[in-house]
Amino acid sequence: MSGYVDQTAPGGCVGRVEKRLFTFAAPPHPLIVESGLSIGPVTLAYETYGELTPEKDNAVLVLHALTGDSHAAGYYDKTDPKPGWWDIMIGPGKAIDTAKYFVICSNVLGGCMGSTGPGSINPATNAPYGLEFPVVTVGDMVTAQKALVDHLGIGRLLAVVGGSMGGMQVLEWSVRYPDMVRGAVSLASTTKHSALAIAFNEVARQAIMADPNWRNGDYYRHPEKPDTGLAVARMIGHITYLSDEAMRAKFDRRLQDRCDISFNFEADFQVESYLRHQGRKFVDRFDANSFLYVTKAADYFNLEKAHGDGSAVAAFSKARCAYLVVSFTSDWLYPTYQSKAMVQAMKKNGLDVSFVEITADWGHDAFLLPNPRLAAILSRFLGRLFDEARPEAGN
Amino acid sequence: MRYDLQIIASWIAPGSRVLDLGCGSGDLLSHLIREKGISGTGIEIDEARVAEAIARGLSVVHGDINEEIADYPDAAFDSVILSQTLQQVYDPGRLIREMLRVGRRGIVSFPNFAHFGVRAQLFFKGRAPVSRELPYQWHDTPNIRVIAIKDFRRFCKASGFSILRETAIHTPHHQETGRITTILPNLLATYGIFLLGRASARP
Repeated sequence: MSGYVDQTAPGGCVGRVEKRLFTFAAPPHPLIVESGLSIGPVTLAYETYGELTPEKDNAVLVLHALTGDSHAAGYYDKTDPKPGWWDIMIGPGKAIDTAKYFVICSNVLGGCMGSTGPGSINPATNAPYGLEFPVVTVGDMVTAQKALVDHLGIGRLLAVVGGSMGGMQVLEWSVRYPDMVRGAVSLASTTKHSALAIAFNEVARQAIMADPNWRNGDYYRHPEKPDTGLAVARMIGHITYLSDEAMRAKFDRRLQDRCDISFNFEADFQVESYLRHQGRKFVDRFDANSFLYVTKAADYFNLEKAHGDGSAVAAFSKARCAYLVVSFTSDWLYPTYQSKAMVQAMKKNGLDVSFVEITADWGHDAFLLPNPRLAAILSRFLGRLFDEARPEAGN
Repeated sequence: MRYDLQIIASWIAPGSRVLDLGCGSGDLLSHLIREKGISGTGIEIDEARVAEAIARGLSVVHGDINEEIADYPDAAFDSVILSQTLQQVYDPGRLIREMLRVGRRGIVSFPNFAHFGVRAQLFFKGRAPVSRELPYQWHDTPNIRVIAIKDFRRFCKASGFSILRETAIHTPHHQETGRITTILPNLLATYGIFLLGRASARP
């Protein structure tokens, strides 16, 4: 063995990718959202990697988490400092193998990375929607994705894959469109937020709404944006994505650029400096109103209530796909008991389900970090679905 | 594949539905899927083994067999297998009843504590037996039950489980070859393998 250590995930990169737009629900046929309000036209920003087979049986829909976007893999330009958010998992030879699968990822409805959201122009007023934008749900996000998948001419997805709020969309897809989903992968997710998760989201929303620059959501024409509130909201989020162990390992009580405490309110500790940095970075790429809308969608999500009259077993009785459910030991935002509860309901329905709780120190964020165990499981789960989809070609 | 698992596999009908309790990394399930076209699922408590099993294309749930089995509907499986785990189960009666609730048949195998080698260690050395089949010291063993083939038969009778089939084997531990022991199995066999069903009627 040489001393050389390969730090990169095995497999290649999808290379240069392009963001595309799909617009539908133009008046007079707007999208009716769960609250009963309507919106249209609706645009979804999306990207695809790999090639769709002529049989259209190799499509994998990847669903992003709260503040993610359609840019899951590759680079827009060779000068980009970083690839898409799940480049470690998506690419030729990687777990979601683009040499084999056609991967689709779209920005959620209500988002701010190209899809229609509160920052988009309302055609009725020619001004940004702001709070005129209807409150949308995870179910509405999935309705919009279904329109995109139909538009791409795909009748049945090989798999839907997502973590966190992406996992909620996975679960919603699996019970709402059972005939369109062969396999569903829920990573670090839940069928409904705990009071704890709602509480953190509420504090984050309050931080935004307490910022005087928020102006009741009508800040788009002003030069000052509610950056302070949004940055604080992001700081709160980051705390919930880590864990006690992760923070101890990453920061402990180490001081930032100083030998002793300052006796003032500067960022003495590394953890303070880290959170401030994350908050500052976030306001450059995210819209404060979108943050309000997507956190609300995540809080409202309740698969049992929407599909099973309050019963998870009744909700999953509609599903027909194979499931892979993964939780992480140090995830206290969506703890293992929540994954186990959904697995229990799947088993009670006689569904094909695999579940593993992976030991990881990095809290909720673990699903986004390199993990050979997760990659191996996901890779073979998709491989099995692919073999089952075309039994004559396999073996 | 291990000889005891080969015997178990020979008792599984092609195309049937199988639950393997304590399936490890899925050797038996893979074999049954490949050779008999069964649809199978497993439960395993060790994370690395669960991951290995899923990574070979199996459906496996990470958890404790005593808890996980409770979630399956009645008669969800044709066969439920408990291979070499009974000696670690706190409440064997309850678990086997659950096996026969979720499955039509139960297959239970265990190392025979009445094997002459085990007896000889206790008798001649005067110490707690340590064998190839039960390789632990008294203080570090996960095995909390000592089971003899004779005792298991009595237990089944008392608990109302009907023994549909019984095979005793002698095999070097974890090896692929072995033989069936028909003479004095309680003395000469290293493992007992039982096919169980619900008692059809009370005597």
